[in-house]
Amino acid sequence: MADVTFTVDGKKLTAPAGTLLIEACRKAGIEIPAFCYYPGLSLQAACRMCVVRQEKVPKLQTACTTTVAEGQVFITESAEIAQARKATIELLLGNHPLDCPVCDAGGECELQDMTFKYGAGVSLYAEAKQHREEQQWSPAVFYDRPRCILCYRCIRMCGEGMDVWALGVQNRAVSSVIVPNGGDQLDCEQCGMCIDVCPVGALTSGSYRYKTRPWEMNHVSTVCTHCADGCKVTLGVRQSNDGSEIVRADNRDKSGINGDFLCAKGRFGFDFVESPERLNKPLVRNAQGVLEPATWEHALRYAASKLSEIRESRGGESIAVIGSSNTTNEENYLLQKFARTVLRTNNIDHQRTADYAAFASALAGRQSKAASLRDVAIAPAILLIGGDPTVEHPLLAWTLRTNVRLNKARLYIANTAKIKLTRQARATLELPADGYRNLPVLLDGDTDFAKAVRAEESLLVIMGEEIRGAQIEALVGWGLGRGDVRFACLGDRANSRGAADMGLLPDLLPGYVQVNSPGAFAAEYPGLPSNPGKTEPEMFAAAAKGELGALLIVGANPIARLGVAGEALKNTFVIVQDIFLNETAALADVVFPAASLYEKSGTITNTFGDVQLARKAADRAGVKPDFEILVRLAGSMGVDVKALVPFGKLGVTADLGQSRGAQAGEADRHAVWLAANGLEMKTSPFDPLAVLDEIERLVPAYKLDRLNLFGGSDVPTEPGATMGFVPVSALTAPNLVVPAHDGLFTSGTLGRYSPALKELQQHQSPALAETAAD
Amino acid sequence: MPRLVSHPDEVKIVSRRFGLGAEKIDRYIELGGYESARKCLAQGPDWIINELKASSLRGRGGAGFPTGMKWSFVPKQSAKPKYVLVNGDESEPGTCKDHLIFLHDPHAVIEGAIIAGLAIGAKVGFIYLRGEYRYLLEIMEKAVADAYAKGFLGKNIFGSDTEFQIITQTGAGAYEVGEESALMESLEGKRGVPRIKPPFPAVVGLYGGPTVINNAETIATVPYVIEMGGAAFAAVGSPKNGGTRLFSISGHVERPGVYELPMGYNLKKMIYEVAGGVRSGRKLKAVVPGGSSTPVLLPEEIETLGMDFDQVGKAGSMLGSAGVVVLDDQTCIVEFALRTISFYQHESCGWCIPCREGTDWLKKSLTRFHAGFGVAKDIDNIKYLAENMLGRTFCPLGDAAAMPTLGFVNKFRKEFEDHLDGKPCPFAKHVELAVV
Amino acid sequence: MSPNNTSTETMTLFSPQLAARLDALVEKYPLRRSALVPMLLYAQDEVGYLSDAVVAEVAWRIGITELEVRNVATYYSMLRFKPAGKYNVQVCTNISCMLRGGYELYERFQEELGIGHKGVTPDGVFSLEEVECIGACCWAPAIQVNYEFLDELNPDQVPGILADYRAKAAAEERSSHA
Ligand SMILES: Cc1cc2nc3c(=O)[nH]c(=O)nc-3n(C[C@H](O)[C@H](O)[C@H](O)COP(=O)(O)O)c2cc1C
Ligand code: SF4
Ligand code: FES
Repeated sequence: MADVTFTVDGKKLTAPAGTLLIEACRKAGIEIPAFCYYPGLSLQAACRMCVVRQEKVPKLQTACTTTVAEGQVFITESAEIAQARKATIELLLGNHPLDCPVCDAGGECELQDMTFKYGAGVSLYAEAKQHREEQQWSPAVFYDRPRCILCYRCIRMCGEGMDVWALGVQNRAVSSVIVPNGGDQLDCEQCGMCIDVCPVGALTSGSYRYKTRPWEMNHVSTVCTHCADGCKVTLGVRQSNDGSEIVRADNRDKSGINGDFLCAKGRFGFDFVESPERLNKPLVRNAQGVLEPATWEHALRYAASKLSEIRESRGGESIAVIGSSNTTNEENYLLQKFARTVLRTNNIDHQRTADYAAFASALAGRQSKAASLRDVAIAPAILLIGGDPTVEHPLLAWTLRTNVRLNKARLYIANTAKIKLTRQARATLELPADGYRNLPVLLDGDTDFAKAVRAEESLLVIMGEEIRGAQIEALVGWGLGRGDVRFACLGDRANSRGAADMGLLPDLLPGYVQVNSPGAFAAEYPGLPSNPGKTEPEMFAAAAKGELGALLIVGANPIARLGVAGEALKNTFVIVQDIFLNETAALADVVFPAASLYEKSGTITNTFGDVQLARKAADRAGVKPDFEILVRLAGSMGVDVKALVPFGKLGVTADLGQSRGAQAGEADRHAVWLAANGLEMKTSPFDPLAVLDEIERLVPAYKLDRLNLFGGSDVPTEPGATMGFVPVSALTAPNLVVPAHDGLFTSGTLGRYSPALKELQQHQSPALAETAAD
Repeated sequence: MPRLVSHPDEVKIVSRRFGLGAEKIDRYIELGGYESARKCLAQGPDWIINELKASSLRGRGGAGFPTGMKWSFVPKQSAKPKYVLVNGDESEPGTCKDHLIFLHDPHAVIEGAIIAGLAIGAKVGFIYLRGEYRYLLEIMEKAVADAYAKGFLGKNIFGSDTEFQIITQTGAGAYEVGEESALMESLEGKRGVPRIKPPFPAVVGLYGGPTVINNAETIATVPYVIEMGGAAFAAVGSPKNGGTRLFSISGHVERPGVYELPMGYNLKKMIYEVAGGVRSGRKLKAVVPGGSSTPVLLPEEIETLGMDFDQVGKAGSMLGSAGVVVLDDQTCIVEFALRTISFYQHESCGWCIPCREGTDWLKKSLTRFHAGFGVAKDIDNIKYLAENMLGRTFCPLGDAAAMPTLGFVNKFRKEFEDHLDGKPCPFAKHVELAVV
Repeated sequence: MSPNNTSTETMTLFSPQLAARLDALVEKYPLRRSALVPMLLYAQDEVGYLSDAVVAEVAWRIGITELEVRNVATYYSMLRFKPAGKYNVQVCTNISCMLRGGYELYERFQEELGIGHKGVTPDGVFSLEEVECIGACCWAPAIQVNYEFLDELNPDQVPGILADYRAKAAAEERSSHA
């Protein structure tokens, strides 16, 4: 729409014709108060807080529904307007309980703020207030009816935003009330978005309510550790006896890739961190074969000496390493560098949840063909093949829905199952069970679906994990032949993509560089073995045959995941770094207690290749980040740590909050500024950012826009853009991809230690079964 | 069965067939029915709209918007189907005129709807009756069926190639659904919450299509406008207020009833002559001129007051739905105000804050006041609340509660003061007044 | 789940006549959902109130969730979620009726029936409701018994009115047993 010029409070503003006045003003820094208006959701004009005066119009107008046109003149603050807003607040406060001192929202309440601003401080109300008991709708959501101001944000967020439609309004007049779909129970995805958007304390979170006051928390913005979409999440952190504890996760920081969104796992699933089953001391198997607590010193020395001994006696190829899809890029990079240059083995792998290697290879040499999640938000047409984003990629599902709803994007879905997103789809193609085999043929076919897809000038293709290897190649090939087509592929886990990008693969170095033609790595990786190593299944097969001397496992639980019998590791020296004594750790000879993603800093890469900075939020006595554990292990093996981690170059003294965590304040901000300007302080070998430099140097796709990265934004990467042609390697065979298939309330091993997620799962299981069937 | 009344001053236009058996289609035709529709079919839309403009017929639903102009706002071309919507939700306290139209002259509503359809190019009309009017809905449904049987409705009305269908609909108890956009919501099977305007119904209405919505009386008047000609119709009323109106006169009068009088008819005469004067020879205390939402008038304000939209507006009230409610000198204004506000509190849709909270607060304060627990500050508080609701609500229901409240407090302040601090009601009225 | 692929006859809780009427009702409008409010009212006329089962069947017939049905149903004051008496006596006490004795009439009904607002007599024959304006202002005070209007009443007529309906109820009772 053409721009128009209009006047607000004497200032000339310009905006596209038809922009809502409230939005145009916000962009120009003129804040108009509103309870019911919520960007992106349908208009209500119900709260009447946003009233403004428009020249030549007799009544006050609502800025939330007024669209701007050429030459209009508005006043947004005046005695008359202030009085109107004050009266509206007075009317609201009439029946409002005024229990702010014990209300969860106290200090973060929009009604409080408005009352403060417009000064409705004296109560005129002399009547009896309606009292009603609070209701628990689910483990996650509580409703305190008297506090509700009926702005209908929750209803719209649940319906329009989430496409769940679990909330309604019943009765009328003052008896109007928000009601959940199950009568007194909420059968839904338990995303908690309703709590987030509630401007007052009417909807409160089961896990946070009555725990603390908002001003007693530090708010740390980091990245969720649960699925591969990488939502930005704000952790509310409070001092505790053994460090600091996370008391809340929410989405205060709407600048993230997830905008308004956060799902149940992001919002409630942080509590695994506080699990009493967390490891907090290194464990070493004693002569009786029992794991017993040990000092760090002892455990490190023992593990290091065993590793050195096995490497010397049986060679690097008798050692194997399994990395994690939940650790940071720096940790993953360091792990494979440690394996390849210290342990001198290419036997390194991780839980592959998508065939990222094939994806990178298919895109080799192509610019601007990999789609970031931000591209999904604005793409005019999207083809989704396979996958079930609503369950496995909640943020992607949200992004797709929002794009369809707000921008009328056209969504095409080809799937063997009837997934919920078909409700947003322009066209769907139901495929038989083996239907993903010949995708180009399907898309070139004669069906209405294929024709509609082909009619799109610009297309974004998203592939579920079902699409692997040659199928990826074929599909990408089809798209590359068509012009403006971009691609994304879906895996699970917070940093699966990062693990693959960072070379936790037996045949590929960071950046999908072949181990047998290592290029720039040759000079930097002294002693790099040139033969591809073993895949995860091959490692266990070797172990079973007694050919594996040592196995280092970082943040992974292959025993449970692959269903390997513990027997297999009988003759292998096993070192595990983990946060829990999981099935694999229970078999280890040495166990190091690791910090979770919420207790360390570093970058992670979501399944779309968007890199984000995870910031340390909490502290836990006794644990160490995997990065530090690795460095110490290497140090204990007598390695020159400087060669592994190029730290200390500038000789400045500070760190990036690694050691101060949630308590970090000014110093951290200073550090961010320095870092953003290329002046990182690599003062300690435990500072992962030292390694980030090296990643940037050696992995061309990871040339990161640091100003944005450290400012808290997501930075896209393209896996194949800078590679030459690479053949799909046999080692990335499709059957090595084992997706986690986590649902809305499960998150691998982490989820099993989250009481909140377990409770939600129990609450929801029958209801979800029903919705799935409809 | 509602009693029919008559008075020599009446000019029977809309009511001319009342009591004559015109609910039967043959009788209706015998009395000249469906001729106007045939004429309009021949003349075409522009002619119809011009006649209506010339008639200065203004909407009988309350706001008095010129009907011809309203119809002319409907775009000629539209991708979505256009609709005619007859508002028979009649719920404004003091108003019962549409009741008689549906009872005695349902075909006039059908014929008017056909003409509206021809004027705007709609193929479908809806007649929405409040849920309580079930027996009237049955009469209406029978009339519609008869009109179909005669070929006056359907694919080829009156043998032409023009289509017009009528669908009847019932409400289920909600005053707010009388508001035009809330009515559309209700007709679409939703809560009766009004819509954001603009867009106005003439552009985006029922099912998203351009829609003309008119009160049942407005629609029933249309065939007559066509029959006698716009100019002749206009001449019956007062300037800019064409024709007659059905006045529902209720309350403390000797002969309450629905009387059809020319627009501009003097209110005093209406009470004292047409309706037989104040009951039992009592003195007049006040009149609510246009349904319960219109501010009350004092005896001295009605001496020369002509009952049309403009004159009543100038007198500080509104003609509204022309429900004239007469209060004698034994009426307690506090009680009357409380009953009035209780209604709006009960009927607020609850959507917007000022109306939902304001009506409730007013009701609570007045209830307390009425019970003898009022304090001096309350009177100003009530005023303050009403003033701050006025013009701030999402739809006019909030105003409909605030305006009469201000009227009562401003014009009868002394009577409010006489109720303060536990003083007994001057009319010895206040037993417990349970309100819905 | 779509209403078309299940036979309504085998599923419905309504009488065949009502079921047929509701089948036709959804076809009457440009949009199926327009049938919602009348459907609820007609269902209530037969069943007496909107039971959970009625809500469920209506939701299924319209093709919306039960939550949506309840959102709408609870808005309208004629719709109820508890049984009323066979004859629901609705006394208007709004201004025009009040001025002409609506409250006195209402009180008399309360006394004669021994129940208050929204009460039901123990035999289930009557329920009582104070209602807002029913569009009979010029014939005040007026009441509705179910859908029947009775107007220009005075309290002394109350016993007679109740006796008439009681007799009607008894007659129906007999004929349904016969
Ligand atoms: C709260 C409220 C209730 C209304 N109730 C009715 C009603 O019951 N009947 C009616 O015809 N108009 C009613 N109206 C007016 C309608 O919104 C609309 O103006 C009218 O139907 C238009 O028809 P007209 O131009 O023929 O008057 C109401 C308006 C409001 C704001
Ligand atoms: S003024 Fe507001 S609450 Fe009242 S009826 Fe209109 S929209 Fe509903
Ligand atoms: S924000 Fe405009 S009315 Fe609520």
